[in-house]
Amino acid sequence: MNEPALHGMAQTRKDRSAPVLRPGNTNCGGCGMSNLLQMLSRAAENNDIKIVIPACCAAITTGMFPESSISVPTILTTFAAGASVATGVASVAQLNNEETRVICLAGDGGTYDIGMGTLSAAAERNEDILYICYDNEIYGNTGGQRSSATPTGASTTTTLGGKSEVKKDIMGIMAAHHIPYAASISLAHADDTLRKLRFALNVKGFRFLHVLSPCPTGWKSEPAVSIELVRLAVRSGLFPVFEVFDGDHYTINIEPDFSSEALLMYLSLQRRFRKSGVTEEAIRPNIERYWHQLRAMSGRIMPAIRDIKTG
Amino acid sequence: MSVELISANHAAALAATLAGRANRTARGFCSGVYPITPTTECMEYLCGQEIEKGKVVRVDSEHSAMGVCIGASSAGARSFTATSSNGLAYMLENCVAAASYRLPIVMAVSNRTLGPPWNIWADHGDSLLLRDLGWLQFYCADNQEVFDTVLCAFKLAEDPRVLMPAVSCMDGFILSHTMAQVEIPEQKLVDHFLPTTKVPHRLNQSAHTLGQLEIPQQAVAHRTQHHQAMSAALPVYTEIQDSFEEIFGRRVADPVVAYHADDADTLIVSMGTIGATAERVVDQLREQGQRVGSIRVRMFRPMPENDLRKYFAGTKRIAVLDRNISLGFGGVLWGEIRGFADPGAIVQGYMVGVAGGDVRREHIINLLTDLQQCQTETVPKIVEVA
Repeated sequence: MNEPALHGMAQTRKDRSAPVLRPGNTNCGGCGMSNLLQMLSRAAENNDIKIVIPACCAAITTGMFPESSISVPTILTTFAAGASVATGVASVAQLNNEETRVICLAGDGGTYDIGMGTLSAAAERNEDILYICYDNEIYGNTGGQRSSATPTGASTTTTLGGKSEVKKDIMGIMAAHHIPYAASISLAHADDTLRKLRFALNVKGFRFLHVLSPCPTGWKSEPAVSIELVRLAVRSGLFPVFEVFDGDHYTINIEPDFSSEALLMYLSLQRRFRKSGVTEEAIRPNIERYWHQLRAMSGRIMPAIRDIKTG
Repeated sequence: MSVELISANHAAALAATLAGRANRTARGFCSGVYPITPTTECMEYLCGQEIEKGKVVRVDSEHSAMGVCIGASSAGARSFTATSSNGLAYMLENCVAAASYRLPIVMAVSNRTLGPPWNIWADHGDSLLLRDLGWLQFYCADNQEVFDTVLCAFKLAEDPRVLMPAVSCMDGFILSHTMAQVEIPEQKLVDHFLPTTKVPHRLNQSAHTLGQLEIPQQAVAHRTQHHQAMSAALPVYTEIQDSFEEIFGRRVADPVVAYHADDADTLIVSMGTIGATAERVVDQLREQGQRVGSIRVRMFRPMPENDLRKYFAGTKRIAVLDRNISLGFGGVLWGEIRGFADPGAIVQGYMVGVAGGDVRREHIINLLTDLQQCQTETVPKIVEVA
């Protein structure tokens, strides 16, 4: 594991001079999207970026007219139009030979659900867009309703007893589009995150990043443990961290320990799993099935002999 | 100037192509398109054009087509799309956004009945969905007018005093698929007529966010600006008519096209191709000594209220022919303009040619006979013409 303790939030000379997410924004404490945008500031350096945000928490993050919490040119779009508006912005940049990176920043609702068709079409056309889905596994902006990204057993305001279906496999869907680059990102692994953000920013064509984004408000968890929750999701195998090049070359970046300890800690630190009483036994087969498939895709049949604790 | 035998769909696409090329020295042209009957040939034609510094994106839905136009226009490019009927309904959410962002996107609509039941023939109900959203709206009566209107729509929409999207409508099949001679100006003249696109609030290097949260006081201020810009569009349109005439040597039609209206005691008011038929009816009845006139409302938004009041002054009987139904009310045009007539005048609404019925001269003559017999205004009448 490459995870230097201080590779986090501190502003350094290498960072973008004005952070993408400005201080004084209204994001909840422990919001994964805040961390993501901080990381993006570092990865983007002083390159020209433009952000397209469909309806989601990030649209609220920008704040009230005429001030904005985002320090780069940004357009807020209708819910399903993130990838299509980004297509227009990116096309005009291309026509004018501009070195602009157009980033579409969308939540799981705008990606997995209402924006799916638009996203799929933009990926199929291989538009020059970096699409980042920060996945908090609920409709956070509207107060926490079920989305197709909600995991099994999680209570939402529309699945009070816990969701019974399995979370949609967004990475599989995006990889099946054979786009140049798709990767999942763990905010608890800053080196890996930065490397992927930097790489994705500089690839041409459609790039997709899937970020597990803790939401203390919706997950009913302590803001202070958000990053720890991501780490537990990765360790337990619930959130596989891997990248896919051109839809066929799979690389697993972080090897989980698949421990019961990690999985149980993950479930018990969030009150959203309490009501359904979802157990390790119920979740484990899904994790195993997914990893079985992932290993087959990556050509790595046996787990790497590497322990998450020792790196 | 060349003369080509083309359909109105092609005329609209050709106008958009010339306008797109005219922006090559600025931020270029970018359009999102999606097929739907009867507009398909417009977007097909556009896809076949070579446009310097231009890109036509073949998207996955009408919603995305307008999405691409919004992105392109907010990046400072000229933008155009075309749709019809349920396509427009599917696009509607982004049409609201395009207007509220104040982006000068131009759209061609081949009017078609909203389904189900599925029906591909002309009805204005689709483009009237845009009525209250802050889009400039034109209804055309021939192919040349479609070409001219699309060209003018870019200039009007992009004028800094106006700055909002515009839609140019043509009756599906009746115009969209009818071939007629259209005068096509050379690119050089179009370049001269259309200055390059400037979207002052485009995404440039400065950190600003488009479409943010607003409290009611801010939102109403923006709505007021938009509303006032609508009113400004009328005098700007007159300027555009002058500049069009100066450059192309012919005059583009007025917001309200009046035909023998000045001395008429009876007026036929309509939009789109019904207006052209109404003018032939006027010819026929004038020969019989009747003082009938026709008013074709070409610009529907902003509503040219003063022009209409001027033509309505002194008129006792007005038949308003609507190719649409606002269910539970009557014709949309009738509802909007009946207040402009003199007190005591009979303004009778007729919904005719709804869902694609073929409105012929005899139908209009029958309506006028009905109008002459009216002692008072009655509820709007649905007239079957099939």
